Amino acid sequence: MKLKVISLGALALATPLAWGEASVADYRAALADKDANPGMLIIDKGERLFHEKRGPKNVSLEKCDFGLGPGKIKGAYAQLPRYFKDTQKVQDLESRLLTCMTTLQGFKEDELKAKLYADQRLNEDNTDMEAIAAYVSFQSDGMKINPPLKHAAEKEAVKLGEAMFWRRHGPMDFSCATCHTEDGKRIRLQGLVNVFKPTDIQATMSTWPTYRVSHGAVRNMQHRIWDCHWQMRTPDIDYGSPATVALISFLTYQAKGGTYDLPGMKR
Amino acid sequence: MKTKLMTACLLAVLVPFAQADEKLAAKVDKLVAESFRAGPGQDMSRLTQDETQKICSETRNSPTPAQIQAINAREQATIKYPDDNKLMGDWKNGEKLVKGGFGMRIGNIEPDKVERQKGGNGGNCYACHALDPKEVAAGNLGPSLAGYGALRGSSEEIIKYTYDKLYNTQATVACSNMPRMGHFGILTPAQIADVTAFLISAESPLNKK
Ligand code: HEC
Ligand code: HEC
Repeated sequence: MKLKVISLGALALATPLAWGEASVADYRAALADKDANPGMLIIDKGERLFHEKRGPKNVSLEKCDFGLGPGKIKGAYAQLPRYFKDTQKVQDLESRLLTCMTTLQGFKEDELKAKLYADQRLNEDNTDMEAIAAYVSFQSDGMKINPPLKHAAEKEAVKLGEAMFWRRHGPMDFSCATCHTEDGKRIRLQGLVNVFKPTDIQATMSTWPTYRVSHGAVRNMQHRIWDCHWQMRTPDIDYGSPATVALISFLTYQAKGGTYDLPGMKR
Repeated sequence: MKTKLMTACLLAVLVPFAQADEKLAAKVDKLVAESFRAGPGQDMSRLTQDETQKICSETRNSPTPAQIQAINAREQATIKYPDDNKLMGDWKNGEKLVKGGFGMRIGNIEPDKVERQKGGNGGNCYACHALDPKEVAAGNLGPSLAGYGALRGSSEEIIKYTYDKLYNTQATVACSNMPRMGHFGILTPAQIADVTAFLISAESPLNKK
């Protein structure tokens, strides 16, 4: 395992150019063996943290309900986002995790939100929340993307998410649609997913959470949504907020029928 | 009679659509209001849409002919010219501006340095366009601009078209995917004149084979 991670480092050095699609494909080919994905280390860490008694209430997350019942995490991510009766909200993996960490374990929401993500500029290790989300999502590896679309709130979230996707704001006039509605488009050399092309969006959503080589960290979909808003020059979009969940509901629904291949590996 | 019937049908189809869109837009405004956290380092005013952004969002970038006219006229009226009225500036400075990124990133997670938050240090043109053929890392959201001046010449008309395009592209292309560079202060009028020169000047590398 260690050896493979080292050879990965060597690959990174051999290709100092900006990360184009081809180089990521090279990576993936070199890494047909999933154990060599550095994200697996983070998933191991997430597994430990999930089962550990933590927080002011000193309990584990083993009773957390991700939609299939308390403690049932096998396949749960594949059926998110979904409506939850207890919170009366549609929630994605990360916002649900936040609910469990605050209600079950007694963590303070503001404290958790004060440090959501590892800072790649400082070479930080993934935060506990990033690691746990990676672990829980990994329990749906190989399963079909199958978010329920039964509850009225779930349907509303997809519809609002699509409208949000087209909302232009900020000093660049950007909406998500500016960059993600056509085939074969690029920002510089970075390929852009077309969310209206099923094979394209399936390949995208099935590989999140993903190990981002340029960050040296596992990132989840909440981070990607924040990252694209940051590029749009908006204020920070709030973690787990209704707009993030609506966008993720829309994107996940577009990708329905794809098969999770986790953790992903990207630029 | 027949035409009346037809317009009646048309109206019947159009009116609920328009109303539904307005309702949806109001819901999305509410969603936005609930989803960004105000506070130090943030700037909530960036989430308030101007009239043009509203129409482009609601029509998903397919405005009606009447809306196109309204947008073009409104945006044309925003265009300001340099004090000396020279629309062709220094192409060498233009080259730097074309290469520079936008800046203007805010928030508490990864904000740009304070001086870059106010305006960009460039127009980030390579994000979307091929320009100097030597630069390979060029995006393709916009058309290739390689050989722009060599192909179009340097008439007054072309110079003004280019300056206006950079200042506010929606004066000609309603709901364009290109940012309104001058309108939002990404580039100043003098800088836009420099970029115009980079696109048009015969000495510019962009116009060299
Ligand atoms: C200015 C262009 C731009 C805008 C606007 C934009 N994005 Fe992105 N998006 C990108 C880039 C660049 C990437 C990274 C591609 C890469 O790394 O190869 C990306 C990546 C993504 C990905 C992951 C793609 C993958 O293959 O894993 C998703 C999902 C996504 N964006 C969704 C959104 C959403 C939702 C919005 C609106 C909130 C949005 N984007 C707005 C440029 C943009
Ligand atoms: C987010 C993507 C984006 C960025 C950034 C961008 N453009 Fe554009 N540009 C476009 C698109 C899309 C078009 C086509 C629609 C239009 O004319 O508005 C375009 C059109 C143009 C045209 C008109 C081309 C013609 O055939 O008449 C010029 C000139 C131009 N851009 C120059 C620039 C320059 C110079 C910069 C940097 C200061 C820049 N653009 C930045 C997307 C972009």
